[in-house]
Amino acid sequence: MSNGKASHGRVLVLQGNEAVVEGAVAAGCRFFAGYPITPATEISEAMAQRLPAIGGTFIQMEDEIASLGAVIGASLAGVKAMTATSGPGFSLMQENIGFACVAEVPCVIVNVMRGGPSTGLPTRVSQGDVMQARWGTHGDHPIIVLAVSTTRECFDITVRAFNLSEKYRTPVIILSDEVVAHTREKIQLPHPEEIEVFDRIKPNMPPEWYIPYEDTPRGVPPMAAFGDGYRYHVTGLIHDVRGFPTERAEEIQAFLTRIHRKIYNNFHDIMMVKEELVEDAEILVIAYGSVARSARRAVKEARERGVKVGLIQLVTIWPFPRQYIEPLLRRVRAVLVPELNFGQISREVKRINQGRTRVEKLNRIDGQLITPDEILSRLLKL
Amino acid sequence: MGYRYEVRLSGSGGQGLILAGIILAEAAGIYDGKYVCQSQSYGPEARGGASKSEVIISDEEIDYPKALKPDVLLAMNQSSCDLYFFDLKPNGTFIVDSTFVRQVPTTKVISIPFTAMARKELGKEVVANVVALGSLVYITGVVSLKSLESALINRAPSGTEELNLRAMELGVQLAKAYQ
Repeated sequence: MSNGKASHGRVLVLQGNEAVVEGAVAAGCRFFAGYPITPATEISEAMAQRLPAIGGTFIQMEDEIASLGAVIGASLAGVKAMTATSGPGFSLMQENIGFACVAEVPCVIVNVMRGGPSTGLPTRVSQGDVMQARWGTHGDHPIIVLAVSTTRECFDITVRAFNLSEKYRTPVIILSDEVVAHTREKIQLPHPEEIEVFDRIKPNMPPEWYIPYEDTPRGVPPMAAFGDGYRYHVTGLIHDVRGFPTERAEEIQAFLTRIHRKIYNNFHDIMMVKEELVEDAEILVIAYGSVARSARRAVKEARERGVKVGLIQLVTIWPFPRQYIEPLLRRVRAVLVPELNFGQISREVKRINQGRTRVEKLNRIDGQLITPDEILSRLLKL
Repeated sequence: MGYRYEVRLSGSGGQGLILAGIILAEAAGIYDGKYVCQSQSYGPEARGGASKSEVIISDEEIDYPKALKPDVLLAMNQSSCDLYFFDLKPNGTFIVDSTFVRQVPTTKVISIPFTAMARKELGKEVVANVVALGSLVYITGVVSLKSLESALINRAPSGTEELNLRAMELGVQLAKAYQ
C-alpha cells in the first residue's frame, strides 16, 4: 500500500490499521487529522500517503484535542473526516466528542485500544475503553460504537461507520485493539461499485428558509456545508431549532429527546452482531474485538466435545444490543463473557440479564490476548 | 476443524524476521491462495533479545490469530531457541541458525549456519533471513518455492532482487545438502 494507490480487486495481505484506511477512503473520507500514537500510528501513516494522492487532506495536529477539532471543522465544511488514536489520545478527544454529538457533526473516531489507564501499556492489547467510549464525554448523549476483530471487518466496519455517521449526523467510534490493528491478513478489497456509501442529506430549500436543527420524521435535520450559502450557527450549547443557545425547558427537552430518538429509534439499522451456532446453544459466549477470534475457536472445540455452545460477536457495542440479547438470555443456561478488562461488557450483560441466567466473566488485564484454551476450559466447567 | 499450519520465526530484533514473516504470509495468501494471518511481537522485546514473527496458514478462515503450537520453529539466536523451543508441537520441525545457536535442547534439530553462509557465499549477512526462509520452505513445503520467489521479488527493494533470489536459492541448496 506504500505507493499511495488503491488496489481494488487485488488480493493483499494487510494489517487491520491499513484496512481501516482503505475502508475510510472507500467510504469517501477525504480528511484526516491526527496525532500519531501506538498502536494506531499506521492509520496516520497510511492516510498521509493515501489522501494527498486522491485530492484529500492529511494534517498532523499538535494534539488529539485539536485533531478532533479539525475533523469536526472539515465535516462542517462538507468533507467526510476521520481521526485515529489510542487510549491517552482518546481521553483528550472526549470534550470534542460531546461537541460533535450536540452539534450533530458526522465523523469517525478510531480508538485502537491499548492497556491503560494513563499512558499504560503502549504496545499491549486491551479492551479497557468500552465504557469510556460510551460515557467518556459528559452529559447524556447518544453514541454509536462499533468493534472490529479482523482485517476484513476493519475495512467493512469502517465503511459502515462512515455510513452511520452520515445517515444519523453523529460521531461514530470504532474500537479496534492492538491485536486486530497489527495482525496482517489476506483481504480482497472490493471494487467501489460493490460498496454502498451514504452521504448526509443536504437542504433543498432556499437558504432563507433553512432551519438547521428543525425536527424531521427521522429526527435528522438536513445538513448544509459551510460555504454552500446556508448561514447557520454551530454551538456546543443546547440550542433551539435555529442553532442558537436556549434555556427554555421545552426546547431543551425537544432537542435532547430528538438526538437520542434518532439513534434509538433506528436501533435495528445500527445493530450488528455475528452469530455462530446459536440456534441450539445451551451456553452462549458473548465476545467482541480480538477476543471474539479466540472465542470462535473455543466454541468450535467445545462443540467437538459435544458441548452445545454458541457465539455472539458484538460488532455494535453501543447502543448495546439489548433487544437482541434479552430473548437469548431467557433460553440458555449460562453465558460467558471473555474480555480484556475487568468486566465492562459482562457488567452490561448482567444488567440486562436481571438474574435470568448465569452470567460468568473471564478477564485478562495483563496485556495478553485471552487464548482459546482459557475460554474452552471455562466452558467445560459451566 | 480444517488444516491449520503454524510457523514461528524467532531471533533478535534486526535479523529481519518480521519481514520474513510478511514475505511468507504473502507467498501463502497472495500466491498460494490460502488464508493467512501474520503477527509479531511488538514491544520493547522486539528490539534485541528474543523477537518473534508468526504466520498461520489455513484453508479456511483463521480464528485465533496467534500460534497455538507451532508446527515449525526457526530460531536465529540462542535466547529465542531457549525461550520458544518447548512451545513447538511434538514432532514439529525445529530449525536453528548454528552461527548463533550453540546449545540445542533436542537431538531432533535441523542446524544450518544461515548467517555464516550468507556472509561467506553472498558477502552480506543482512540476507540471512531470506536464506533461512529458503531452507524453511524447502524443508516444510509450507508454500511453493515459486510462490516464495514471487513474494520475495515483490517485497525486495529495487536493485536487491538478484541478491534476494540468490539468498533464497542458497537456502534451498543448504537444506538439500543437509537432508
